[in-house]
Amino acid sequence: MNEPDVLACEFENPVMPYLRQERLPHIWCPGCGIGTTVNCFTRALTDSGMDLDKIAIVSGIGCTGRVAGYMNLDSFHTTHGRAIPFATGLKLANPELKVVVYSGDGDLSAIGGNHLIHAARRNMDLMVVCVNNFIYGMTGGQVAPTTPLGATGTTMPYGNFESPFNLPFLADACGAVYVARWTVYHVKQLAKAMLEGLKKKGFVFIEAMAPCPTLYSRRNRLGDGVDQLKYYKEKSKIVNGANTKDVGLTFQGEIVVGKFVDRERPTWLDAMNEHYTQHFGERFTPYGVSHAKE
Amino acid sequence: MHADPKGVLTGIHFIDGDHAACEGALAAGCRFAAGYPITPSTEVVERFAARIPLVGGMFIQLEDELASSIAIQGAAWGGKKVMTVTSGPGLSLMMEHVGLAAIAEVPCVFVDVQRGGPSTGLPTLPAQADMMQVKWGSHGDYEPIALSPNSPQECFDLMIKAFNLAETYRVPVFFMMDEVVGHMTERVVIPEASEIEVVERKWTAKKPSEYRPYGTDESLVPEMVKAGDGYRIHITGLTHDERGYPAMNAQAQDKLVKRLVNKIRDHRDQLVDVRADGVEGADVIVVSFGITSRVAGAAVEAARRKGIKVGHLRLIITWPFPAKVIRDLALTAKAFVVPELNMGQMALEVERAVSGKAAVLTLPHAGGTVHEPDAILAKIMEAAQ
Repeated sequence: MNEPDVLACEFENPVMPYLRQERLPHIWCPGCGIGTTVNCFTRALTDSGMDLDKIAIVSGIGCTGRVAGYMNLDSFHTTHGRAIPFATGLKLANPELKVVVYSGDGDLSAIGGNHLIHAARRNMDLMVVCVNNFIYGMTGGQVAPTTPLGATGTTMPYGNFESPFNLPFLADACGAVYVARWTVYHVKQLAKAMLEGLKKKGFVFIEAMAPCPTLYSRRNRLGDGVDQLKYYKEKSKIVNGANTKDVGLTFQGEIVVGKFVDRERPTWLDAMNEHYTQHFGERFTPYGVSHAKE
Repeated sequence: MHADPKGVLTGIHFIDGDHAACEGALAAGCRFAAGYPITPSTEVVERFAARIPLVGGMFIQLEDELASSIAIQGAAWGGKKVMTVTSGPGLSLMMEHVGLAAIAEVPCVFVDVQRGGPSTGLPTLPAQADMMQVKWGSHGDYEPIALSPNSPQECFDLMIKAFNLAETYRVPVFFMMDEVVGHMTERVVIPEASEIEVVERKWTAKKPSEYRPYGTDESLVPEMVKAGDGYRIHITGLTHDERGYPAMNAQAQDKLVKRLVNKIRDHRDQLVDVRADGVEGADVIVVSFGITSRVAGAAVEAARRKGIKVGHLRLIITWPFPAKVIRDLALTAKAFVVPELNMGQMALEVERAVSGKAAVLTLPHAGGTVHEPDAILAKIMEAAQ
């Protein structure tokens, strides 16, 4: 069969307007799941009807850290692990922005773990998308805080013996108001979670499981990207409202997916405004009020 | 333009250097500060936290100095004038983000109330031992600006200058206080807002279609926008082209890094700020900065009473180093004396500028207190021989 000529296609790919097309092709490997999550994100942006000039995206470092650079939004590619505090400053300085943090499991939960837990505790109004591929891809396949027991990475050449984080449990325990996990097999659900995340006020944590065929799958003899999707399809169980304590992941074991947490808490900014209004009365002008009224 | 009166506490005050530094920042238009507690700097942000709700702005105490030093950069891209405040151990943690501010050209002020080091060192006692760290501490090539106040009044006055320089050149500016300057209480006069000149951010007037985030004119300083204004900027810590897009090659690196250093080096003459006292025709010149300049001033007076022709050159802007000023003085002076609360940091710069044309006598001090005036006097007398 001949390869289709994509340039001759009469319909524009609906994702294209959301991308900095002059930056393509992207750096991601064939079979990588990050692009699929970006697809879902663009669907969520479309469905949200939000003004794209008022959405900013912040990434850290790593394969997923490159997402910000491809999005045709105000976009910031920051330092390793520090996307959340950068986003915190951006959001507080300009509360009319919806600020999305888009980064990988190593960036967000290892080097950036401290910022993740504190931003959740404060209920900072950020949507965090954590693409979890269980490994450090950009640097060549080292183990991450998410690598399952028994899986192998270059820095655990005889198999990982450290217990991994259960990221939804961590985010839940620290106070996130919305916590979900989907895989890149669940594109509709992932896009819907991102849409809900964009509309939700407060700290949103969405874990998106994604294959890394080049490093994680190959090193662990799990086949290619399609084989991982088959695994996601066969071993996933949707349990909305699951107790996050029970959703830890094991090597090629069952994957509990779903929306686990959806609750209300005052955001840091709303709490500050309310507290200072009580304390100072009319002398205090609430900060970023137009947003607070939404 | 003039300062926003909301941030200006006009009047005569009796406050310490940390508090005066905070007032300087508010007068300069700082409306976002992030920090993590650390002695002897914390009073700066404590006052900011108390004052800012009614000025209109934001303070957030973050989980560490890494967070603080990058949250301010997010806030700068959100449109605010920003600062963080720390001391040695915290400054060490901030170094990666000094580099981000340098390469992404983020106007921001890092206040460093210096204490004895290395490591935890002497948390409650002074030093001036971070001078080389702020020059060289983050990896790669860049040119920071640093100022060294020696009194609470200067903590106010020079802080405004620090913010103005950060905005003018879009670089991280270091405000190099020390424990003594931070904690000494003196008279501080804060003028009317209409008497305070502040530099507004270099906002672009270009349309989004014409705007290049890192395109520059002969000033080498690009125009800025803020997130949310429809420009859809991309900002990265990677080497980038004028569009802000990553450019992973030697040519892009050459172009960017040369511009980053030349935007300061080409303006070195405008960035000289020294206080010269009797340096013309002096045999001996004392070069000092920060708290040490006050002790050195007493020693210089005593030496003059002994008939020694001694001048005093006080460095206000310590980086970029005013090498040309010192090189010119080395044509006539016989010797330079460099007292500092470290084991010989800025003395290296003096030696480099003097370049063998005159003697350079160092007077290092490990910190924990200030020099005895007699020690500086003895060194002046030794230099005069």
